[in-house]
Amino acid sequence: MELQDKVIKLVSEATKMDAANISMNTSFVDDLNLDSLDMVELMMKMEDEFGVEIPEDETENLKSIGDVVTYLKAKSH
Amino acid sequence: MKLNRVAVTGIGAICGLGNSLNEVWANALEGKSGITRLERHPNMENWAVTFGGEVKNFKLDPKLMDPKDQDRFDLFNQYALHAGEEAIQMSGILEAKYAPEKIGILLGTGLGGFPHIEMNHQAFLEKGPRRVSPFFIPSVIPNMAPGLMSIHYGFKGINFSIASACASSAHALGVAASEIMMGRQDAMITGGTEAVITGYTIAGFANMKALSKRNEEPHRASRPYDVDRDGFVMGEGAGIIVIENWDKAVARGAKILAEVVGFGASADAHHFTAPHPEGLGALTCMNQAIELSNIRKEDIGYVNAHGTSTPLGDVAETQAIKKVFGDHAYKLAVSSTKSMTGHLLGAAGGLESIFCIKALQTGILPPTINLDNQDPMCDLNYVANKAQKKDPQYALNNSFGFGGTNSSTIFKKV
Repeated sequence: MELQDKVIKLVSEATKMDAANISMNTSFVDDLNLDSLDMVELMMKMEDEFGVEIPEDETENLKSIGDVVTYLKAKSH
Repeated sequence: MKLNRVAVTGIGAICGLGNSLNEVWANALEGKSGITRLERHPNMENWAVTFGGEVKNFKLDPKLMDPKDQDRFDLFNQYALHAGEEAIQMSGILEAKYAPEKIGILLGTGLGGFPHIEMNHQAFLEKGPRRVSPFFIPSVIPNMAPGLMSIHYGFKGINFSIASACASSAHALGVAASEIMMGRQDAMITGGTEAVITGYTIAGFANMKALSKRNEEPHRASRPYDVDRDGFVMGEGAGIIVIENWDKAVARGAKILAEVVGFGASADAHHFTAPHPEGLGALTCMNQAIELSNIRKEDIGYVNAHGTSTPLGDVAETQAIKKVFGDHAYKLAVSSTKSMTGHLLGAAGGLESIFCIKALQTGILPPTINLDNQDPMCDLNYVANKAQKKDPQYALNNSFGFGGTNSSTIFKKV
């Protein structure tokens, strides 16, 4: 599975939103209506799933699925 | 000061006997046991007790809680919303013209969100502090159940929880009734909720020697007043009750199920877990409730006892009932529905108040099951094994808790 699809699958499971409605452009706040606690929980799940540590100050820049995918790709290099 | 009368207009229940009021009541009248081997814990190796009164096949209506929140908020919150919706719909208060500030919520919970405390503690130990959920604290605090309920319905009156161990929801009901009597609130959602059947709590209660260890026969383990009783059986669920200012309920044409006429609360001041051997705290408490009701003690026809199936507790409560009622103790009927539901701890008083209300409405008393060989120290009519037709005019519910705390509530037939 592509990284992008893995991220979408994880977000879909966490938010109970249909994966078909989630794309690279989907915004966590504007489209998925997530609040700050939702984001903390989601980032924990990302860390577990992808085996990375996402420092708190860096999560503030992750506003969309695309941001997360780009961030994770950069981390893996 | 003239006190307002208090009408019961809605009741909702969930426990090991069923997930709705009708199911719970029908199974109780048939004397069914809701106690089984635990299904929620795959690995119970080394557990002293492997059974209880678990709720089965529970799924909260997504209208009451967003599905994404259902993994986050511990079960006691969800049972409260589930039974609360049943009670609120029955009452019709959503269509009544009460100001939101005059509808309050006061629920009893003994322990709060224990399953999530355990889960997060495990994550904390195994993976470190960064894996403690941001929803941990909101999920487990005991007042989150009334909090979530107020958010869902928009009720803006008083909103808190009472924690007095196994008397929690009975105390909540008593204090809620006082709010109506004094006129501070027009309607109250009360009763209580509990969901703490986990390895950790079982170990705690079992090591106190409080629990029955009849692992080979779960359905026969809760046997109040029987010579072979060996402790209580953990149960879970919720019993939620809607009460209203009587005159306002009548004015809006509500169907009134029963009246709350008296409430008593007291302390044993004796021991942190053992009951007073002669039940003196319980006696004070029942007398207070009778006094506030302004009735003769002979008017009471049914007592839903605390009756947890512990060797000491059942005798102490029986002694107290005999001291309060004298000869009448042998004429009234006493039953312990914990024989069927297990002990719902902080939710027990809510559920058992509902059994009192249904007994008054229908004239049928739910039984004490598994009463095969009655303890000679317990010599009252305990409605052994089969429901009895009695038509009582008043019913009294007793709930007692660790800490030596007591609660008695009296309901009147309408």
